[in-house]
Amino acid sequence: MSAHAHDHAVDHHDDHGHHHKETFITKYIFSQDHKMISKQYLITGLFMGIIGIAMSLLFRLQLAWPDKEFTIYEVLLGKWGEGGVMDPSVYLALVTIHGTIMVFFVLTAGLSGTFSNLLIPLQIGARDMASGFLNMVSYWLFFLSSVIMVLSLFVEAGPASAGWTIYPPLSALPQAIPGSGAGMTLWLVSMAIFIASSLLGSLNYIVTVINLRTKGMSMTRLPLTIWAFFVTAIIGVVSFPVLLSAALMLIMDRSFGTSFFLSDIYIAGEVLHNQGGSPVLFEHLFWFLGHPEVYIVILPAMGMVSEIMATNARKPIFGYRAMVASILAIAFLSTIVWGHHMFISGMNPFLGSVFTFTTLLIAIPSAVKSFNWITTLWRGNLQMNTGMLFSIGFVSTFITGGLTGIILGDSALDINVHDTYFVVAHFHLVMGISALYGLFAGVYHWFPKMFEGRMLNKKLGYVHFWVTVIGAYGVFFPMHFIGMAGLPRRYYTNTNFPYFDDLADVNVVISIFAFITAAAQVVFLYNFIHSMFYGKKGPKNPWNATTLEWTAEVKHIHGNWDGPIPEVHRWAYDYSKLNKDETDYVIPGQDFVPQHIPMQEHEEEMHH
Amino acid sequence: MTAFLVVLVIILFGVAALQMSKIFKMSRGKQTDTSEIADDKDNNINGYLMLGLVLFTYLLLIVCFWKWGDVLLPKAASEHGTGIDNLMLVSMILIFIVGFFTLWLLSYFAFKYRGKTGQRATFFADNDKLEFIWTIIPVIVLAGLIIYGLFTWTDIMNIDTEDDPMVVELYAYQFDWRARYGGNDNTLGEANVRLIEGVNQLGVDASDPNAQDDIVVNELHLPVGRKVIFKMRSQDVLHSAYMPHFRAQMNCVPGMITQFAFTPTITTAEMRQDEEVVAKVQKINELRREKSAALAAKGEEALEPYEFDYLLLCNKICGTNHYNMQMKIVVETQEEYDAWIAQQATIAEALKQ
Repeated sequence: MSAHAHDHAVDHHDDHGHHHKETFITKYIFSQDHKMISKQYLITGLFMGIIGIAMSLLFRLQLAWPDKEFTIYEVLLGKWGEGGVMDPSVYLALVTIHGTIMVFFVLTAGLSGTFSNLLIPLQIGARDMASGFLNMVSYWLFFLSSVIMVLSLFVEAGPASAGWTIYPPLSALPQAIPGSGAGMTLWLVSMAIFIASSLLGSLNYIVTVINLRTKGMSMTRLPLTIWAFFVTAIIGVVSFPVLLSAALMLIMDRSFGTSFFLSDIYIAGEVLHNQGGSPVLFEHLFWFLGHPEVYIVILPAMGMVSEIMATNARKPIFGYRAMVASILAIAFLSTIVWGHHMFISGMNPFLGSVFTFTTLLIAIPSAVKSFNWITTLWRGNLQMNTGMLFSIGFVSTFITGGLTGIILGDSALDINVHDTYFVVAHFHLVMGISALYGLFAGVYHWFPKMFEGRMLNKKLGYVHFWVTVIGAYGVFFPMHFIGMAGLPRRYYTNTNFPYFDDLADVNVVISIFAFITAAAQVVFLYNFIHSMFYGKKGPKNPWNATTLEWTAEVKHIHGNWDGPIPEVHRWAYDYSKLNKDETDYVIPGQDFVPQHIPMQEHEEEMHH
Repeated sequence: MTAFLVVLVIILFGVAALQMSKIFKMSRGKQTDTSEIADDKDNNINGYLMLGLVLFTYLLLIVCFWKWGDVLLPKAASEHGTGIDNLMLVSMILIFIVGFFTLWLLSYFAFKYRGKTGQRATFFADNDKLEFIWTIIPVIVLAGLIIYGLFTWTDIMNIDTEDDPMVVELYAYQFDWRARYGGNDNTLGEANVRLIEGVNQLGVDASDPNAQDDIVVNELHLPVGRKVIFKMRSQDVLHSAYMPHFRAQMNCVPGMITQFAFTPTITTAEMRQDEEVVAKVQKINELRREKSAALAAKGEEALEPYEFDYLLLCNKICGTNHYNMQMKIVVETQEEYDAWIAQQATIAEALKQ
């Protein structure tokens, strides 16, 4: 197959000159080039991220000072913020849309969409994705779903407000909460389109990785990024359709009088006709996607962190095979642990035991990965580029957030911390903040690849990292305490419980850290936009990395390589490898050997 | 108009600056620039800061414990709750040990091996023995934790009805709770939302003989030391009956009956005497006094002083007033409970009126 790809490459090269008649529309809007599509994903994702984070600031303001009036509510929320007082229903809408946007639009599409598109063809040595057209359709479906999600904020009764998990009956009945009217319909339509987009993207990634690897690029020579994207795409294909079915059934219940999830309901003074459905069924279907979803978010980040860490440590990633095996193990286990979100949903307690067992098993591959990352740093020559800092930050938050998973995954302990702020702290650290660090690491590391050699400003990068890392811990460490104090999440205010009065100052501290952290993101945005146009142009291979993307042309051309696609002769992690008599590196004076360099005389192939 | 002009001038100025910088850039010609890549100085500073990061996390934890250690829930007021607290303690100790060491190693290595020109990294790609060790250790530790956890879980969830537990229905609706006692026969009458009418708020089947002596109340009273089985129902959407002091929680699902059982071990009166609770209540009342003073200054009503009570909260997003869906729980001696229940009207009596 790789021989075929090679032939194909040569053909491509021959007719290279005919490719330049691109109009503005085909180049920047309906582009089929994976590099442009990746930038489209990133910028759309960042835009959605701004909305998502801004929403979190609004509700943090409310949580810290529930009795105060803020004009900003009136400015941004209109009729729901009249007189500077936030309406309780819009509070729920904010947390719902914040969750939806951050999980799906930023960390799924913005992270995996951006970097799968950018890196899969470049790192496996392909001219483009298997289907450039499907890739384009995938992006535009994502764009459409983003537009619909944003539009849903402006409907009369307000956007979806049943929580990002949209459990029926709350999400099914407009009588139960205003947001379950037109807002919820738009939410479901948007998500259905999003799922279509994600499936098209994932299928494309899978086919590309399987079929279009360049000559010599065996699966065991793939950089860990590609392994992560590949496995992520497979999980997406397995689990997203189940969410689609859940969404369709919910649409039926809402609009066509079916009773998949509804039974025995008396609301707004009347009994509904629905009989026989079960909300627990929805929870099963939702979490069958919902749990793999957190791995869809975190695995690409793990892959990028592995790659960036090895490059900047000037060392091979420790235990490549174990890293691949643990990605596969996590992916497999991720599809059989969904029930740990439902220990107290009323499902059979025996199932709770089974899910506790499978859930705690995930800690094993996760521990292996963490130890391997730490060992990768050991006796390295660490280049503290911003990407590297975020990678180390990733491991730090993955450990602190992951460890509390041992408590939540234990059904007996979950009884008392379920749906409290302890959960909020846990998942924000382990999948929210960690995945964001992965995203930032990727942006800092591959920015030159995206923007034709331009680099992000490192000083601003350092400021961004250090403020973010301190701020994020400042937000989520204290949050564990209010969770352990028994404070439920999704409360508009805690003032109705004098018992929680002593938590008020913790909430103030959390909010202040949240504002500081958000301010650091403004630094990043400035750096990003400014460097896009005025960033300094670095060398072709700025981080001295071994992977193929740095051999591609700096200037974006269709087909990535001006000449033939390079052939691969070694794995991706020959950093600081010494020659036989250990006097110097394999290539004298250069501490890395790129993948396309043939094995040198007397060089021992230590790997694959 | 002036505003428009000012904006226009600013825009034009911006465009001019943009063009100037473009010309300036182009005049410099094409060259690569390595100044955005970390040099030894950056490596050094960030290496030290990495050491600072781990110290910061330790410090943050200590500060949190020192400042907010007293907000945590007081000791469990139920029999099984003690088991959960022990399991929690064991898990927490484990987490702290693992977290302490791994975070230290991460930051220390980042500091120790910070890049220097001329420093050579060690090509260290694999070590089966090491990897085996850190696979097998989590396996053993987690196996222990899983078994411990499963025993605790099974004990709590496998409800044994032999010791004649009291049956209480917890009924959730937007946005309040009702409790229904089985009455003298300790058996709940059939109920369905389709039977809701007038005072029969819970849709109890009035023709069911078991239902006649059922008692519906909006304050939950429990005799200390007697096992209670809660049968949860919901009238409209998902709710969750959360009783943090008893380490108890179960969702209320429309269309099905869920259950949870526990034995309260500490009466409300005893809990109010508990040292931790006394300190917590004192702190809360101080905060409330300060707030009241501020309110009084504005001419508003002052806050009432707080007294400790067990709580039932809704812990599943259920609508606009989710944040205020609570019921007081009173745990008392058998005699006090008997006296209280005797004063409540049965369904038969309530429907007659």
